[in-house]
Amino acid sequence: MSFVAVLKGGRSLERQVSLRSGARVQDALERLGHRVVAIDAGGDLVGQLTQARPDVAFVALHGRDGEDGTVQELLDLLGIPYTGSRVSACMRAADKVLAKHAMVDHGIPTPDFFAFNETAFQTLGAAQALPALEERLEFPIVVKPASQGSALGIKFARVPDDVPAALLAAFSYDRKVLLERYIPGRDLAVSILEEDGQPRALPIVEAIPVEEDFYDFEARYEIGRTRFVCPAELEPAVAERAGQLALDVYRMLGCAAFARVDLMLERERSELFVLEANVVPGLTETSLLPQAADAAGISFDELIERILRSALPAG
Amino acid sequence: MSPSSRRPRSTARDIERYAGLFAQRTQVMKSSAMRDLMALTEREDVISLAGGMPDTSTFPADSYASLMSRVAAQSCARALQYGPTDGLAVAKDCIVQVMAAEGMDVDVDEVLVTTGAQQAIDLVCKTLLDPGDVVVTEAPTYPGAVPTFSAYQADVVQVTMDRDGLRTCELTELLDRLEADGRRPKFIYTVPSFHNPAGVTMSAERREELVRIAGERELLILEDNPYGLLRYEGEALPPLRSLDEEFVIYAGTFSKILSPGVRLGWAVAPAPVLAKMNIGKQSSDLCSSSISQYFVSAYFESGAWEDYVRSLIEIYRLRRDVMLDALAEHFPREATWTHPRGGLFIWATLPDYIDTTDLLARALQEHVAFVPGRAAYVDGRGGSEMRLNFSGVGEDEIREGVHRIGAVVREQVALYGTLTGRVQPAPPAVGSAAGRAGSLSGSSPSEAPPASSELAKVLRLPRKRAG
Repeated sequence: MSFVAVLKGGRSLERQVSLRSGARVQDALERLGHRVVAIDAGGDLVGQLTQARPDVAFVALHGRDGEDGTVQELLDLLGIPYTGSRVSACMRAADKVLAKHAMVDHGIPTPDFFAFNETAFQTLGAAQALPALEERLEFPIVVKPASQGSALGIKFARVPDDVPAALLAAFSYDRKVLLERYIPGRDLAVSILEEDGQPRALPIVEAIPVEEDFYDFEARYEIGRTRFVCPAELEPAVAERAGQLALDVYRMLGCAAFARVDLMLERERSELFVLEANVVPGLTETSLLPQAADAAGISFDELIERILRSALPAG
Repeated sequence: MSPSSRRPRSTARDIERYAGLFAQRTQVMKSSAMRDLMALTEREDVISLAGGMPDTSTFPADSYASLMSRVAAQSCARALQYGPTDGLAVAKDCIVQVMAAEGMDVDVDEVLVTTGAQQAIDLVCKTLLDPGDVVVTEAPTYPGAVPTFSAYQADVVQVTMDRDGLRTCELTELLDRLEADGRRPKFIYTVPSFHNPAGVTMSAERREELVRIAGERELLILEDNPYGLLRYEGEALPPLRSLDEEFVIYAGTFSKILSPGVRLGWAVAPAPVLAKMNIGKQSSDLCSSSISQYFVSAYFESGAWEDYVRSLIEIYRLRRDVMLDALAEHFPREATWTHPRGGLFIWATLPDYIDTTDLLARALQEHVAFVPGRAAYVDGRGGSEMRLNFSGVGEDEIREGVHRIGAVVREQVALYGTLTGRVQPAPPAVGSAAGRAGSLSGSSPSEAPPASSELAKVLRLPRKRAG
C-alpha cells in the first residue's frame, strides 16, 4: 500500500477532462487499497505536496503544466516519485513541432509541416512566405497550436484566404503554430503500456465520425458524433506497422510507463502517418487508453496499479 | 458512504451498453470542448462577464431572515406541504401585481406558477412540439432555450434582429417559404424587451407587426420577459401579451426582480393551452415549491418589492454605463456593440476573422471571460460575436474585465494585420466611438466618454463573482 497524491485539474484548458481523469484514478487507487490525497494543481501545489509528503504522485493532469514537464520538474525537485514520462520526454511530446522534427530526424513518417512563431509574422514578414508554404503543403491545410491537446484551436484552411484567420485562432492558444498537410483517412490511436519495463502496444482504437464531415474537428472528438471501435478493423500488417510506429515514437521521445500515439491511415495508399504523442492521455470513462486496455483484458484498476507501480522505486 | 466502498465506475463496455439505451434526443449535445472551456470561466481568479446572474448580494439579510421566520410562524405546515399544480393563490396574487406593473391586467385563473420561466419554456415545448416541428427564434437567441427546443427535437429556425428587434420582414419571408414547403411553425420564441443576449428591444411598431402576423397566420408567440421591469432608460413598451391575448403565451419570472434561488416563474396563456401546460407540469414536478411561494408572498406583503426593483435598476444602470464607457475606451474601432436600455447584457460584434471561442481561450490567460456568440445560434453563426454581462460583478471588475478583453481583441486585430500583410496594426483606439457598423448596434459616437486614467488600475485578484 502506498500513499498517493493524485494531481488533477490545474489551469490548462483541459482542466475538466483532467478532473474527470483524476476522480476516476482516485477511485481506482482507493479500491486497490492505497491511501489517496487528491490535489487540484493550483497556486498551492508545492505547499500541499510538501505538507502531504506522499510516497508517489499520480499525474492525472492534461495539457499545459501537467503534460509539458512543468509539474514533473517540480516533483523532481521535491524528490517525489511520479507516474509517467520524465521532464525531457514531456517537453518533446507536448510541443508538437519539436516532436515532429524528432520524427522526421528518425525517419518516422509524419505529415509535412511548417511551424511559425508569432514573432515571425510580427517582425520578419512571414506573411509574405505564406504563398510559398501553401504551394509546398497543398490544400486543405490543418492549422494547430503547437501545444494544445484538445480539439480547441484546430482549424482547416481549405483555400489560401482561410489561412490568416486559422492562424489567428491557433495563436490564441500558443505563440507557436503548426501548419500541416491534411491526411484524408482513418483516425487511429495506439496506446502504449509498459509491462515489466517493456513498452507494449495495446489494441488500436479507431475514431469514426458519425457524420462524414472531415473538416469539423469539434465533431470528430464529440461524444455521440464519433464512434470508437477497438480493436480497429485493420489488415494485420497495417495494425502491426501502426503498433511498431507508435513504439518507435514512444522510445524516440523517451516516454515512460504509458502514452498514446495518434496516427492517420491515409485512405488512398494505406500509408501511416504519426500526428502526435500524448504523455498523459485521458483516463476518463470514454478515453481511448482505458478502452484499449479493456480490449487487452486489462481492467481499469489493473491499468492504474501498473502505472503506479512503474513510478515506485524497485523493491 | 466512504469513498472506498463506492462501486467501481463503469468500463468502456458498460458505456457502450448504456449508450444504446439513450434516447435519440440526448445526442443533441453541445461541443464538449466548448463546455469544458465555459467551465473555466467559473474559476475564482477569473473576472467573469460570462455569467447571466443578477446580483443577489444587495438583498438585505435581515429581511430574508424575517420573511423566512414569518413563513415558519404563519404557514409552516402549508409551506411544507404539496400545493396545487397551478400554484398557490398567495403567489398568484404577487404575479398579478408584477403583471400590472408590466402593463397587463390578468386574472389569477390565467396564471400557471412554474419552477422558473425556464419551466414555462419547457412546458410550452412539451405542449406544442412534435419531433421535427419548427420553432422560430431570434438570431441570436437565449442560449438556455436552445437545449430545451433541442430536447423536443424541434427544428429551430432563426430570424435576425436589428436595433428594433426581430426583423418582421424577414420573418414574413421565412413563414412564406415554410408555407410553400407545407410547414408551419408551432410558435415564435422571442424576448422583446432587453434581449438576452443581444441587448436590443423590439420597437412598438415591430411589436404591433409581430402580433398581427401571428394573428393572421394563427401562430403562437412565446413572449419571454424576464427583464421587463429592469429598464434604465426610455419609455416602457407594451408587452406582446397586452397587444394580443389570443396568440401570445407569456413567461415571467421572479428571478431577476427578486431571486433566481426561489425558482419561481409563471406562464399566462390562452385557456386551452394553459390547461395542457398544467397537465404537463403535473407530470414534471406536481407543483412548484410551496416554501418559495410563501416566501414570495411574505415578501410582497412586506411592501418592499417595488423599492427593491428600483434599487436594482440604480445598480444595474450604473454598471451598464460603466461597461459602455469601458467598451468605448478599450475596444478597437473595428468592434461594435449594442446599447441596452435595460436587462443584463451587451452584445458585441468583432471583425469576422476573429473567432470568439478561440478568443475566450486567449482571454482566460488574462483571467477574464465572456460568452462566445456561437452559443446563441443553432447553425454555427455568431462566431465573431460575444455576450457581456454587467449585472453579476461590480464596477471595478467590469472596467478591468473590459480592459483585458479589449487588449486581447486589439492584439488579434493587429496580428491579423501582420498575418495578411494587408492591414497595418491598428493604433490603440482610446476613446474610439462605438456603434458604426453592426446591425444591432445602438451606441452613437456622442456617447463615447473621454478616457479615464483610473481605468488603467489593475485589480487585485482573485475576486469572486457577486452573489
